[in-house]
Amino acid sequence: MHSHAFDRYHHKHSFVHNLDSRIKVAATVAFILSNALLPDGAWIAFLAAYVFMLAANACSGLGLGFTFRRSFIALPFALAAVTVLFSIAGAPVASFQLLRWNIVVTDAGLARFMSIVVRSWLSVQMAILLVATTEFPKIVHALRQLRVPAILTVIISFLYRYLFVLADEAMRLMRARASRSAIASNGKGGGSALWRARVAGNMAGQLFLRSYERSDRVYNAMLSRGYTGELRIIQARQFRANDWLMICILLLCLAFIQIVGRML
Amino acid sequence: MHYLPVPLHIPDGFLSLTVLLICWAIAIVMLAAAISRTNKSLGEKQVPLMGIMAAFIFAAQMLNFPVAGGTSGHLLGGALAAIVLGPWAAMLAMTAVIAVQGLLFQDGGLLVMGANILNMGLITVVIGYGLYRGAINRSRKTRLAVAGVAAWLSVMAGALLTSLQLWLSGTARLQVVIPAMLGVHALIGIGEALITVGALAFILQTRPDLLGENSSSAQSGRGWVFAGAIISLAVVLLSPLASAFPDGLERVAENHGFLQLAQTSPYEIIPGYTVPFLGDTPLSTVVAGLVGVLIVLALSILAGRSLQKKS
Repeated sequence: MHSHAFDRYHHKHSFVHNLDSRIKVAATVAFILSNALLPDGAWIAFLAAYVFMLAANACSGLGLGFTFRRSFIALPFALAAVTVLFSIAGAPVASFQLLRWNIVVTDAGLARFMSIVVRSWLSVQMAILLVATTEFPKIVHALRQLRVPAILTVIISFLYRYLFVLADEAMRLMRARASRSAIASNGKGGGSALWRARVAGNMAGQLFLRSYERSDRVYNAMLSRGYTGELRIIQARQFRANDWLMICILLLCLAFIQIVGRML
Repeated sequence: MHYLPVPLHIPDGFLSLTVLLICWAIAIVMLAAAISRTNKSLGEKQVPLMGIMAAFIFAAQMLNFPVAGGTSGHLLGGALAAIVLGPWAAMLAMTAVIAVQGLLFQDGGLLVMGANILNMGLITVVIGYGLYRGAINRSRKTRLAVAGVAAWLSVMAGALLTSLQLWLSGTARLQVVIPAMLGVHALIGIGEALITVGALAFILQTRPDLLGENSSSAQSGRGWVFAGAIISLAVVLLSPLASAFPDGLERVAENHGFLQLAQTSPYEIIPGYTVPFLGDTPLSTVVAGLVGVLIVLALSILAGRSLQKKS
């Protein structure tokens, strides 16, 4: 597997790409927070947030519809919120018969459900844009500069670095299993489900041992290159006046969205 | 790359601000304990080990086995990580896994990450390790059986917490979300238990030293047994109770003002977003908004100052 298989970064030289990664991480979280703060049914404010997001897309040089394509990843979870459609008191909008129950969808319930879905849909798009315009190591470095404990960011960088190596290992294990056990065209495998589960368990155990031994090798290799228990990164980007200006503009945009949400 | 989202990863937008702040607070307290413990006890060698073990959990979540009708069994990995790595290291590894899933794959939101870490990375570890630690000196068979039960319970605990959070946020009806989530995860948990037991059996056979007396999994104290037992007991008692009498639970929460607290916002410092002496006019809202912006601006400048001084 190529090391880029898990990478979500799209290389470009755009305005958003060149922003300080701290600003991008903070702005993404602030945007999601702003969505969470908007009251239910504040459609004009949601529209403003959508325009803000589109503007960010446009400034990234990836195209207006870039985040749209992958934005439905969180949608299946909306199933969890379906019950609010008919559990909030309000004027009935539609009613139907499901088995024995008479289900009445209310306008308040509909507004709440749509607000939840829109919030989640907007938030996930901004998160997609963040990883598409920022190399992952830079995001991790930004997290470190934003005071996330060093041990966590170090583990996350190791995880990212060895993710594809171990995913490769897992794929090899699954290929080895597939080559030794035929699967019928209807997807039915051999043996009982219990036996298949045990095989999968053994594979997980095998994967653990291989990872464990690899970590030994990795550590020795690191020692031989002068590792002293500290990871160093060459990236000392100072916060400039422009960066502060950018933060102010972003905050004003989000404040504007909030004000629209309260007033209209 | 085929990558299947597990239904426990909550996306952004589904939890109320109060609920997610509470989850963050609990997660941060537990993670702070984990970080201070690991910083004290770990040598420099352990850091790459933990990073690669986190990658192992991630890769192990890709392993699957066909069950029936196109569905397949998967691993969440919290209990397995706790048993092979020890509880504190497992918490950090699981947190890293959830962070990467949220940041890189948008599997689970960013603002709700505290809740996801709590549901999948912390409670699973406490239950998985606590129960297993209680049986660590028993026979191989007992250990494996307990590990299996612990793995199943850890998934159930995660599902129960997720449903409670959704309910408290006003996103889901308790009467529906509890039976649905617990029902699905009772099955998912079986897959989790079988893979965990299979993996442990394999490790016990080939590298028993990794799970023996002097391994990291046997180092932590017996306090874990109590914590694990109490939380497991809570899950075992609360799950059937909540499934059978959701109305009762809802009424208790309502009577104690718990629901209202969770569903109203904690950010109304300026009541109703108007400035008192200006009355309820649009101008008043704008002024209130500007005051809010100035406060945020001042805070971020202060934060930036302290950031610059350090670096």
